[in-house]
Amino acid sequence: MRTQVVDDGRHEPGDRLAGPPVALIDLLDRLLTGGAVLTGDLVLSIADVDLVHINLRAVIRSITAEDPAPWARAAAPEHPEEDTV
Amino acid sequence: MSTTDRTDNRTEATAHVRARDRTRDQPQSQMRVYVYGIGRDDGTLAPLAGPGGGVDGHDVRLVAEGGLVALVSDVPAAAFGEEPLRRRLEHLPGLEELARAHHAVVDAAFARTAVLPLRLATVYSDVEGVTGMLLAHRGGFTDMLTWLDGHVELGVKVFVDPAASPPAPEHRAAHGSGPTSPGRAYLQQRRRQRRGTEDLYRAAEEVRGQVTRAVLETARASVAHRTQQGELSGERGMNVANHAYLVPANAEARFRAEVEAAGSGVAGVRVEVTGPWAPYSFASPVTEGGEGGTAPR
Repeated sequence: MRTQVVDDGRHEPGDRLAGPPVALIDLLDRLLTGGAVLTGDLVLSIADVDLVHINLRAVIRSITAEDPAPWARAAAPEHPEEDTV
Repeated sequence: MSTTDRTDNRTEATAHVRARDRTRDQPQSQMRVYVYGIGRDDGTLAPLAGPGGGVDGHDVRLVAEGGLVALVSDVPAAAFGEEPLRRRLEHLPGLEELARAHHAVVDAAFARTAVLPLRLATVYSDVEGVTGMLLAHRGGFTDMLTWLDGHVELGVKVFVDPAASPPAPEHRAAHGSGPTSPGRAYLQQRRRQRRGTEDLYRAAEEVRGQVTRAVLETARASVAHRTQQGELSGERGMNVANHAYLVPANAEARFRAEVEAAGSGVAGVRVEVTGPWAPYSFASPVTEGGEGGTAPR
């Protein structure tokens, strides 16, 4: 169901435009918590954007301390290579 | 002829001149600069500049400084000032519109060359803010672009889907235990279901570990995103792992094959690969001028 891109090392702009649109939740994972965070004369601070993320939790329902995952017990703690940036 | 109501005490002619200047120069009080991403000033990104294509259909243009370019749109403060922007981000349809427009520009750049995507809703008061930012972080941006060059981001999500799992073998044990009260039978059934679900989560965790090990050599870095839940997730089953990997573009097929081999064949556990994405999850931190993401080892 995802775009299957032939691995040619580069992707022409048209290739992925033809595929299905990316899932909004995958996009928000990246745009609200990823991307370079800049400073300076910004209209909105990153703290505000983080607030937005929290306000949207009713929809996105990211796992938080108050809302622990049911599988937390089963999850092995060792993945040191995966510290969130 | 431009019209204005700002004649004040001045002559009409002066007012007209000022009105024309305002239109041409787009004074900073009325306009803001939305920034999508940063790349090298080597001409590769020049074709992205053009009418439309940006947030709310605004034109995309390049702001060059110190060997770097920022992909930007000049946007009205009425829509991109602090308050309107905040309101928009808290409203899902508005957020989605902005996110998809931001992504479209970043993705078009990513299709051509290395790009450093910026966080959604990075808006400067004026273009001097953008050039100042490019100069201030020039070294860090250049290092990041070098680091990210020739790489793609791939997402790997692990799902538990109990509906896709065969009934647990203990199911049969219930028949041999003699007559039980309906309440007791219900509790036993719940216990079995819970145990079955816990087994599935353990299996999914094992799959997650297998996938992590399988791509250790191929991926250059990895980041764990929060697992996805709720109506937006729109997937069958429960998302138990949601990772992003930075992978050399020419190793994407190998990465997918490794994930497929490590993640398939476990009943009730599904693994999904998304992407290729621009390296959103590996774009920070830049202020320190160091690498974003973390090296696998």
